[in-house]
Amino acid sequence: MRLRRLVWKEFLELRQNPRLFGIVIVAPIIQLTMLGYAATTDVKDVPIVVADGDRSPESRSLIARFDVSRNFTVIDTVTTVADVDGYLQRGRAWVALAIPQGYGAAIHSGTPVALQVVADGSDSNSTTVALGYATSLIGGYAEELTARASAAAGPRPAAIDTRIRIWFNPQLESRFFMIPGVLALLLLLVTANLAAMAIVREKELGTLEQLNVTPLRRWELIVGKLLPYGVIALIDVFLVTAVAVFWFEVPLRGSLTLLIAMSLIYVLCTLALGLFISTVSDTQQQAMMTATFFFLTPMIYLSGFIFPIENMPRVIQYATYLIPLRYFLVIVRGIFLKGIGLELLWPQAAAMAAWGAVVLALAVARSRKTTG
Amino acid sequence: MSAAATANAIEVRQLTRRFGQFVAVDDVSFDVRTGEIFGFLGSNGAGKSTTIRMLCGLLQPTSGTATVGGIDVRRNPESVKVRIGYMSQRFSLYELLTVDQNIRFFGGIYGLAEARLAERRRFVIDMAGLAGRETTLARDLAGGWRQRLALGCAILHEPAILFLDEPTGGVDPISRRQFWRLIDALSQAGVTVLVTTHYLDEAERCHRVALIHAGRLAAMGTPTEVKQVFAGRPIVEIRADQAVDAMRLLEAMPAVEKTSLFGTAVHAVLRDPAVSADAVADRLRAQGIQVEAVATVAPSLEDVFLDVIDRANAAARGTAA
Repeated sequence: MRLRRLVWKEFLELRQNPRLFGIVIVAPIIQLTMLGYAATTDVKDVPIVVADGDRSPESRSLIARFDVSRNFTVIDTVTTVADVDGYLQRGRAWVALAIPQGYGAAIHSGTPVALQVVADGSDSNSTTVALGYATSLIGGYAEELTARASAAAGPRPAAIDTRIRIWFNPQLESRFFMIPGVLALLLLLVTANLAAMAIVREKELGTLEQLNVTPLRRWELIVGKLLPYGVIALIDVFLVTAVAVFWFEVPLRGSLTLLIAMSLIYVLCTLALGLFISTVSDTQQQAMMTATFFFLTPMIYLSGFIFPIENMPRVIQYATYLIPLRYFLVIVRGIFLKGIGLELLWPQAAAMAAWGAVVLALAVARSRKTTG
Repeated sequence: MSAAATANAIEVRQLTRRFGQFVAVDDVSFDVRTGEIFGFLGSNGAGKSTTIRMLCGLLQPTSGTATVGGIDVRRNPESVKVRIGYMSQRFSLYELLTVDQNIRFFGGIYGLAEARLAERRRFVIDMAGLAGRETTLARDLAGGWRQRLALGCAILHEPAILFLDEPTGGVDPISRRQFWRLIDALSQAGVTVLVTTHYLDEAERCHRVALIHAGRLAAMGTPTEVKQVFAGRPIVEIRADQAVDAMRLLEAMPAVEKTSLFGTAVHAVLRDPAVSADAVADRLRAQGIQVEAVATVAPSLEDVFLDVIDRANAAARGTAA
């Protein structure tokens, strides 16, 4: 009865608060869309400048290869290697390709020829990836030329036979890996922040004191906040999953029901964390700061969302076991990409449930009706 | 329940609350009789709110005891909460809920059944003069309405004891008067009201008042009783063009105990009831002050309040010396 009134009241307030509506519904979609495009380690349209010292049909054919590749965009063609300096310095090009004079003649005569690739190393990750693309593109082109030459002379087995098999993400699309992680991240940010505001807002308004002189029980207050925000989080799960599957075409190989169920356990953790922060804060601003700096940021860094946990020092690796996001990342990626079920994910689910229960109990314990 | 507990709605014994080194409420004892309007007077920071918060079970006393409706507040704060209503100076309402929604929410929290809630809702809307404003958001209500709605929400469950912590702060005089009529009506219906205020005109409307200064109870009784401190010490009210000069000259007169400024007038407390107001005025005129009006006045609670503070401060200096 009392609980029903609390939940009812929370939804009424939510409906009257357009900004809250924005945080809950609009922001996750915008963020997922932005992060879905931005949070990717694929390198596309790398600006490349070519110093074509040969200006032969052969050199133009090679340049055309770069131009049609979706990894590169040829921004300019110059004559000498010295001319590319300016492009790299100003960042107009990340990579420069130098084709020496006599390249076309060398191709025809079958003599070895060296192509020079110069790259801007300031963003080492992207550069490494871009260099990899350039190398494989040139290598592929060279193979083709050899094949064509030998075809003219008669059939001959291919000299190179490399077969790489990639599992789960055969297109090696990094967004397939990133977007389920973004779902976990968004749920954490939205629900923990929302819950962190929940009780402290009433503290500021004075209504918490008013509630404290009523017979309302502490757990009723906490659960009265948990339920409405849980419903909102569930809406977010559906929204974000829909965007991931239908817009970004991330395959959902596992069970949707399992994904929802796991999300609910995870949201119990994030809401409990938020409510706990709310009970230890005096102002909304303080709650926001505490949430962001003491909890959310370290959690995101240590969860394995950005940096692989395996590469962290041992002590920090142990600390990551205290982070529910860590478990949920394994769960969402497992359900989305590998299609695995509870038979493999139960340890993560159990760890999250325990974490949520403990933090929720802490929040209830911290929400005093009588100041000592 | 003992006979004493039924006669007194609130019994406070040696109640003390410390915050670190600071003693906010220091050894305070008093009783509030059932159905009485009991005024708790004092300046800001005197310990009024701290006392009320302890009685409502919001704050644990450091020492001492308090029973509210016969229940020990320290041992059983949650049982007290069923029997009391509390309204603070903030008129705490849900800003984003309408008048009606606020009433229904608090009714639900107090566990009112649907039929009783409907009846109480009508009563509160009527009492607060909010008919026609049921769907207005609380944040859009003017001060007086907010205040009356907050009172209404605090008495939905018909508590026997009502705590009002500076309930008229920031409200216009007409709304204040209206509000006090509601308090009178509640008291008449048998509700015990403990109200803190620093408006001394409001204190005159209380059945009994307690003056609290620096955490200590400095005086207590009916307004008439507490004014007895001025028995044999008449108060002369003087209106003069140079009030400050007049005060200085008055202070120098042997017949004058002390003076204080009341708006544009000066109140002089005389040591001797035999000295007339006109004699004081004549002496001022003789010293070149244009006296516009002079009269012996009945002491107001404000006079009492200032007198009590003066003596408390003097006593504090005495013990410190």
